[in-house]
Amino acid sequence: MFLAPVVWILTIAICVLFMGKFWWFPPPINAHGVAYDQQFALTLIVTGIIFFIAQMALGYAIFRYRSNGQPVEFSHGNNKLEALWTSAAAVLFVGLVLMGTKIWAGVHFEKAPADAVEIQVLAKQFAWAFRYAGPDGKYGRTDIKFINDANGNPFGIDESDPAGKDDIVNAALKVPVGKPILLVMRSRDVIHNFFVRELRMKQDLVPGMEIPFHFRTDKTGTFEIPCSELCGLGHSQMRSTMEVMSEADFEKWKKDQLAQK
Amino acid sequence: MSSAAAHTAHQAPTGFIRKYIFSLDHKVIGIQYWFLALFSVFIGMFLSLLMRFHVVFPDMKVGLFETLWPTGASGGVMTPELYLSLMTMHGTIMVFFVLTTAPQSGFGNSFLPIQIGAEDMAFPVLNMLSFWTTFIALIVMLAAFFVEGGAPLGGWTAYPPLSGLGAIAGPGQGMGQTLWVVSIAIFCGASLMGAINFIATTMDLRAKGMTFMRLPLTCWTWLVTAILGLLGFAVLLAAGILLLLDRSAGTSFFIPAGLVVNDQVMNHKGGSPLLWQHLFWFFGHPEVYIAILPGMGVTSQVLSVFARKPIFGYRAMVYAIMSIGFLGFVVWGHHMFMSGMSPYSSMAFSVLTMTIGVPSAIKTFNWIGTLWGGQIRFTTAMMFALGFVSLFISGGISGIFLGQPALDLYLHDTPFVVGHFHMIMGVAAIFGMFAGTFYWFPKMFGRMMHEGLGKLHFYLTFIGVYAIFTPMHFLGIAGNPRRYADFKDVEYMAGLMSVHEFMTYAAFFTAASQLIFVINLIWSWTKGPKAPANPWEATTLEWSVPSPPPFDNFGGVHPVVHHGPYEYSVPGAPKDYVMQTDPPLVPGTVKH
Repeated sequence: MFLAPVVWILTIAICVLFMGKFWWFPPPINAHGVAYDQQFALTLIVTGIIFFIAQMALGYAIFRYRSNGQPVEFSHGNNKLEALWTSAAAVLFVGLVLMGTKIWAGVHFEKAPADAVEIQVLAKQFAWAFRYAGPDGKYGRTDIKFINDANGNPFGIDESDPAGKDDIVNAALKVPVGKPILLVMRSRDVIHNFFVRELRMKQDLVPGMEIPFHFRTDKTGTFEIPCSELCGLGHSQMRSTMEVMSEADFEKWKKDQLAQK
Repeated sequence: MSSAAAHTAHQAPTGFIRKYIFSLDHKVIGIQYWFLALFSVFIGMFLSLLMRFHVVFPDMKVGLFETLWPTGASGGVMTPELYLSLMTMHGTIMVFFVLTTAPQSGFGNSFLPIQIGAEDMAFPVLNMLSFWTTFIALIVMLAAFFVEGGAPLGGWTAYPPLSGLGAIAGPGQGMGQTLWVVSIAIFCGASLMGAINFIATTMDLRAKGMTFMRLPLTCWTWLVTAILGLLGFAVLLAAGILLLLDRSAGTSFFIPAGLVVNDQVMNHKGGSPLLWQHLFWFFGHPEVYIAILPGMGVTSQVLSVFARKPIFGYRAMVYAIMSIGFLGFVVWGHHMFMSGMSPYSSMAFSVLTMTIGVPSAIKTFNWIGTLWGGQIRFTTAMMFALGFVSLFISGGISGIFLGQPALDLYLHDTPFVVGHFHMIMGVAAIFGMFAGTFYWFPKMFGRMMHEGLGKLHFYLTFIGVYAIFTPMHFLGIAGNPRRYADFKDVEYMAGLMSVHEFMTYAAFFTAASQLIFVINLIWSWTKGPKAPANPWEATTLEWSVPSPPPFDNFGGVHPVVHHGPYEYSVPGAPKDYVMQTDPPLVPGTVKH
């Protein structure tokens, strides 16, 4: 019978591929990412053991009990075993969720610190726009009727509002390293999703909702933002980048932007 | 159970149309559903091959594409919108017209009445109507390919606002999306009719002695699936009608105010995109169990028959089926961890989701327990049932990752999810269908299938599906975004294209292997050896009647049931199996 060895070989091959990490996460860029990777590794070990034992046992039963004229061990079941594996599975599965709670709480239950750098994010078919309040710390008034993508005004900033004069709108996200960042995310048309692999986080941008999303990063670099919720025919082209800069570079970038206005 | 009136209404028809087209016979209707699913699965598979091809060779000119879609692939190069429409239709056809149709309506119709000792379903006319309504739904769905703008591109989940705005949101979002919603609404109606029929039949038409605890597990899964369908499709029908109104009557159930699409301000106010997601997944999650529960039933049945052993823990299996059915209705939020709904409710949905893993684990343990100490006969049906168990383990394990909101933060909307649900709801369920087909073909068509071809087909498919869907998990871990027509614009994807290529080759290999199944079907149907009444030496009622069974199933006899459904190798019994209708064994001689 080939089936038992086929099941065994597939099982071992899958375990080797997961242990070899040939296609894997990029390195994390903050403490959340490190905690995420630990929770993933823990889940992988627990489920990996269950996977290995269950598939190997299946293969063993297929091999050991192939019809050879042996007598059948007549049985309708075993209540003690049922109780044992029911409670073991319940404890293990729920336990894993509870262990990950802290990570989820850090992202969603905790509010962004008061000194966080706030950036508005606007998604639309099929581009990203990021808006900074400028030196006055205030966003200008916006209105649908001022929206003009061709003139670089996807937010619809009202030119007549002085608070909006120094607003910076950019197609790529620039953030300072080591500081808390608060993204206030909106969509103008359909649902989009903000995803940065290195942050280990993603969030839908839902029209009609304003969704806060906060994080900080400990490493500089440029990271890709591929739209991760189907948004229409240009979904696969809706890409931006997040550049994490030193604080000095970030301030200089903002100054340069204002100078160009 | 039956009255004289029911008997006179139940004479075998003689005309071709009443016998094979508008038949009231549950066995014919079951076969009709089975063929509808078979037709649909080949369309769905064809679409997936086109998608796999495009992902790997996005710029290649293919004459066939232009022939099939002169606008979507003008010049032979597939546009992103065409790719997305293929994806939408692949998912929709597979979920509704294959996974919902064959295991429940196909095999359930064919065998629920016989297994419980009834002459037919409770409402034969309703049964016929539900099939033909499903057929109309399929025609309307396929028509979406041929209207202006083509098929919709919003995915099988049809999230608004994308699905609610009309043609302004994309080429397929006009007439194509309207036909999609109409088809789904019709399908819901058909499924509701079927669900009522299944429930009434199981409740009312069981033969004398067929207590609930003597029902074959297949009947349990069909019953619970019918209840899930009744509650789930009712909600989807309502949601579909609301979406249709948003699209055509200017209402705003799902579309908020202030949208600007294509530089135009939309005239909608006050709707919520999340409302659709709640309604859709309130149906959508039970739908996963609608697809897989009957496969679990068939697998339990086949494992017990060919291990020549009673199913391990029958009662535990029944309770597991019930708890999966119940819990299936309270976990829908795990599809929405990233949707912007309250993060506190995510925690509740997450704990409930992990809880539903428990009855699934119970079933897996009991299947292995059934094999343990048995005397396994390796028929093709048995191989597919064993393959089901392996795939169910693999697909279930990845659910432990996705059920944690913390880990879903990264894995959501990556191929990790696609791999997970294809393993468990896609191919595991299809393995259940193959097991059912090889097991019941003799009863349905009166001929045996070719075992050699069957096993060859099994091995190639088993290895093939692992080769297609295992790599999806790695792509997900590497951050591959989902529902992308190509990966030319994401730099980090360059390093993952070799994995995509491997999957594409594996998909073509596996699809080619299905030709063996087609050949087997045609050969068996025309030239297969005539099937005896009980070729597998099985115990349930369908094997107590000729293959195929007579029109009223039992030739006017009312069967009386004396035994449970899985009495194999009972010590002291004359044979290694005791049929459910066999007379009671002499007390004292048999340990029961």
